[in-house]
Amino acid sequence: MPEFQQFTLNFGPQHPAAHGVLRLVLDMDGEVIRKADPHIGLLHRGTEKLAETKPYNQSIGYMDRLDYVSMMCNEHGYVLAIEKLLGITPPLRARYIRTMFDEITRILNHLLWIGSHGLDIGAMTVFLYAFREREDLMDCYEAVSGTRMHATYYRPGGVYRDLPDAMPKYEASRWHSAAEVKRMNTSREGTLLDFIEAFTERFPACVDDYEALLTDNRIWKQRTVNIGVVSPEQAMQLGFTGPMLRGSGVAWDLRKKQPYGAYADLDFDIPVGVNGDCYDRYLVRIEELRQSNRIIRQCVEWLRANPGPVIVDDYKVAPPPREKMKGDMEALIHHFKLFTEGYSVPAGEAYAAVEHPKGEFGVYLVADGSNKPFRVKVRAPGFAHLAALDEMVRGHMLPDVVAVIGTQDIVFGEIDR
Amino acid sequence: MIAWLNEFLGFLPDPLRIIAVITAQIVPLVIVLILCVAFLTYFERKVIGYMQNRIGPNRVGPRGWFQPFADVIKLLVKEVVVPSKANRFLFLVAPLLSIVPALATWAVMPLFPGYAIANIDAALLYILALTALSIYGVILAGWASNSKYAFLGAMRSTAQMLAYEIAMGFALVGVLMAGGSLNLGVITEAQSGGILSWFWLPLFPLFIVYFISGVAETNRAPFDVAEGESEIVAGFHVEYSGVAFAIFFLAEYANMILIAGLTAVMFFGGWHSFFAGSWFAFLDGTPLAFLREPSLAWLCVKIAFFLFCFLWSRATFPRYRYDQIMRLGWKVFIPVTLVWIMVEGVMLVAGVGPWRT
Repeated sequence: MPEFQQFTLNFGPQHPAAHGVLRLVLDMDGEVIRKADPHIGLLHRGTEKLAETKPYNQSIGYMDRLDYVSMMCNEHGYVLAIEKLLGITPPLRARYIRTMFDEITRILNHLLWIGSHGLDIGAMTVFLYAFREREDLMDCYEAVSGTRMHATYYRPGGVYRDLPDAMPKYEASRWHSAAEVKRMNTSREGTLLDFIEAFTERFPACVDDYEALLTDNRIWKQRTVNIGVVSPEQAMQLGFTGPMLRGSGVAWDLRKKQPYGAYADLDFDIPVGVNGDCYDRYLVRIEELRQSNRIIRQCVEWLRANPGPVIVDDYKVAPPPREKMKGDMEALIHHFKLFTEGYSVPAGEAYAAVEHPKGEFGVYLVADGSNKPFRVKVRAPGFAHLAALDEMVRGHMLPDVVAVIGTQDIVFGEIDR
Repeated sequence: MIAWLNEFLGFLPDPLRIIAVITAQIVPLVIVLILCVAFLTYFERKVIGYMQNRIGPNRVGPRGWFQPFADVIKLLVKEVVVPSKANRFLFLVAPLLSIVPALATWAVMPLFPGYAIANIDAALLYILALTALSIYGVILAGWASNSKYAFLGAMRSTAQMLAYEIAMGFALVGVLMAGGSLNLGVITEAQSGGILSWFWLPLFPLFIVYFISGVAETNRAPFDVAEGESEIVAGFHVEYSGVAFAIFFLAEYANMILIAGLTAVMFFGGWHSFFAGSWFAFLDGTPLAFLREPSLAWLCVKIAFFLFCFLWSRATFPRYRYDQIMRLGWKVFIPVTLVWIMVEGVMLVAGVGPWRT
């Protein structure tokens, strides 16, 4: 009888659980993983190099496409770095808007994560429940920026424009009767802030729904408890950030440790795990959903009470308002210069990081004084997490690999860049 | 009806006539079964759709009723790709090996009082033998396609079958003891009376074990590790396409109907009525008295209910890991069935319980 040998399994790049284009070369002994070797680069689009060839503002859109499930957080990291170099501070209202949309983005990201994590482990229904809520948040994106995903809404010095006073509404069609449309439009009658507030009121019950399906489910627990355990020391050595680090019990969150946006004024808690396994990371993210909801409520309240400018008044960086351009020659020149050549950034370098839904998303900018960056380096949280995959799955079984990929919340847009 | 068939075909020589009569019973049953499978896929998509806030198929035909036929036509016109390094013969035989037992088992199913296509005394053994055989289709498919994913699926399926066949067999031993016969018709007769005289009550642990093992045997969620879409892509049938895939699909759903049917027959009184017991004696003489009659309709209602449970668990539960399935099978189900068979034996000897000796 031939001796039983280890074999190699090529997991991906086209695999239902590969979250895009992950290619894993697994050395297996039966079902047990001996070694996992992630191969990346299949989604490499050269974002960093492309950003070097364009004026600063034209790369904001590329940032959306890095981690394409948490779009505005990526933009935030990039515009923060530019603001640091320019030495400008956006108005407070803009910072609140950014904070609110960062948290909306966090919910968007975590909803996609809970759906795909559930789907990886075989729980189908939670995916569709999560997408029901994502739909409403996408509508917020659409209302404020015109697009549902790749918003390009943040600008150095603020945000592109103020929050709209009306929400887009459904219209009656062959598929939806007038009564149905009326029901669908009930929370869309007021402003965007009203719509978001209605969402925050309904959302905690939705999270309870997801939890009812998963948290106490015996099979879910069997599949996640003690899977991919990472100790706090190990997590720090591996460069983990975000929920991956907090799941291991390290209370590190840039929103608290080096507040940006309006986080310093807001009241929220940082959940941490105990055992550092997939289940703890799941609980941490679920709690983050609730905390994000809390932050959004506070932002809505503040934004209602405090109207004001949403972008700096410096026409070298931000375009002048339209009506001013009609009568003022200088404003027209500013506008022309800004949209052809862009603005020049003083030579120097800056690193700005935000607490992205997946971890620390940092942008390192080197400016040479021209209107284009000399170098852009993106620190993607998923990159460090994926590098630890081997350590996390070694000795586990094949289905656990899928659970660990799910818990790492990997998106290849940011890893391959 | 059979007597009438015999008379009608009386001009044929005996062997031919027997074959013709049997065929005349098999063909309608198989056609009905395949139609049931087709609409079960529609039913599944609708039920799970509504559970998940969707509407499911609603475009092909009125309310999407023709969706199954559209799917069948699509699969029929697709090319069957045989991988170059595959064992061609086994690769093509494997789907047949899984569909044939799923349909053949229906021969002994007591459909309405006094009728089964083959009213044989060893029906329970026949069922055990054939359901075990259907696993060969999965194993051979996994082995013959020469793919690591398919091979892993086949390996998982083999291990799972070993664990769950035993638990299932023991559960059937309980039924056999309670019914006092291996003949399914007799077992159903033994459950005459109301809901409380069906075997699910005295054999409750065995019923639970049997049904869950049945879900595991048919490779349905949460025990679908042999397919494990997110782990081993589609498991044993990852290399199949077109008709060959359609046959696996058909076999899976036919097996679901079969397990639901067997559960209904062995634990839920088969064609007996819900209203048969003395509680509902007041219905006699009213226009509703027909509800107390045993009939095929009751069997269908029960099968539909268990099928719904299949779909419900698919929409609700995450997937087990394969070693956890093994643990459940060997360390939980087999001891439970062993203990309950012992309890049942004692009850039988002591003369406690509703069953006949």
